[in-house]
Amino acid sequence: MNTETTSEAALDREYLPARARILEIAAALDRIERAAGDVADAPRLKQLRAAIALLLEDEPGRAERVQLLFSRDYDQRWRETFKIAR
Amino acid sequence: MFYIDPHIHMVSRTTDDYETLAKMGCVAVSEPAFWAGYDRGTVDGFRDYFEQLTTFESSRAASYGIQHFTWLCINAKEAENVALSREVIAMIPEFLDRPGVLGIGEIGLNKNTHNEAIVFLEHVDLAMKTDEQILIHTPHLEDKYQGTRMILDMLTDDSRVDRSRVLVDHVEEHTVRYVLDEGFWAGMTLYPVSKCTPARAADIVEMVGPERLLVNSAGDWGPSKPTAVPDFILEMRRRGHSHELIRRVVYDNPREFFSQSRGFVFNPPEVSEASSCD
Repeated sequence: MNTETTSEAALDREYLPARARILEIAAALDRIERAAGDVADAPRLKQLRAAIALLLEDEPGRAERVQLLFSRDYDQRWRETFKIAR
Repeated sequence: MFYIDPHIHMVSRTTDDYETLAKMGCVAVSEPAFWAGYDRGTVDGFRDYFEQLTTFESSRAASYGIQHFTWLCINAKEAENVALSREVIAMIPEFLDRPGVLGIGEIGLNKNTHNEAIVFLEHVDLAMKTDEQILIHTPHLEDKYQGTRMILDMLTDDSRVDRSRVLVDHVEEHTVRYVLDEGFWAGMTLYPVSKCTPARAADIVEMVGPERLLVNSAGDWGPSKPTAVPDFILEMRRRGHSHELIRRVVYDNPREFFSQSRGFVFNPPEVSEASSCD
């Protein structure tokens, strides 16, 4: 869809909110690390790290790829598993 | 700007919320049946709920000039009890000819289980036999992608289903194209943490266009914002989108989709937007 927003205008609008959200994520990771115990190998923490790495990819569709990263797989044979006829 | 909230659970909201919605330009709401926060135990519990949805709630909305429409079903969260679900499905036709009833909904999946799929299919069968429209709930968070694909499988397998009469709700970036590409309508729900934000909903409009796309608040008893649709309108305006485009998503599209239901008797606002405080 054609919008009249320029990338420069979008950057102006998004810079401070994005900066703030990045700080929130940084602080959340610090908080988890500071807390008692060790979750370095926890699958959910690994998932968060993978999602952060994904943000640095140089192609559009990052939000969709992050969503899929946090999603269960779809098995197109699910009907057979559930014994539900077409 | 006048708008319609196509998915909001007003039984969970206060009368003050109706007043606020009216002040913000809401002229109609559609309320799907949903989970009360606990599992109801009897078919009579649902009968009372449907009575509330089709009588009291519409009169409460009318006090503020808002037209109230509704959808009936047993929610996916309660579908593990298949026996009760079947009793409810058998009882639903008692209410289908009441004023303001738009169809069967919000049916769908929650944890993508066998029993949920069985109850979903039986709801679809009821809708086909009674010629009703369908409004669909897709699961949250990690279950959404898998559940949405399963729902689309079940719908596209049934040759009786007219896809233009089905709204698949709670779409996000990773599910919206599947829904639209199959010819269904898609709803974006503006809901803190677990669904879409106004900014991301605006992104989706920019990426896939406004055709067959709706936006709703799904305001309910949980953390939610019944005025989320005006937040979306503001976000779109801030980005410079036209009045016509915004109006299409928040007013024309829900009106067009609902107009396929015999229960949708809609009285447009008498004041034109040009002369309203838009």
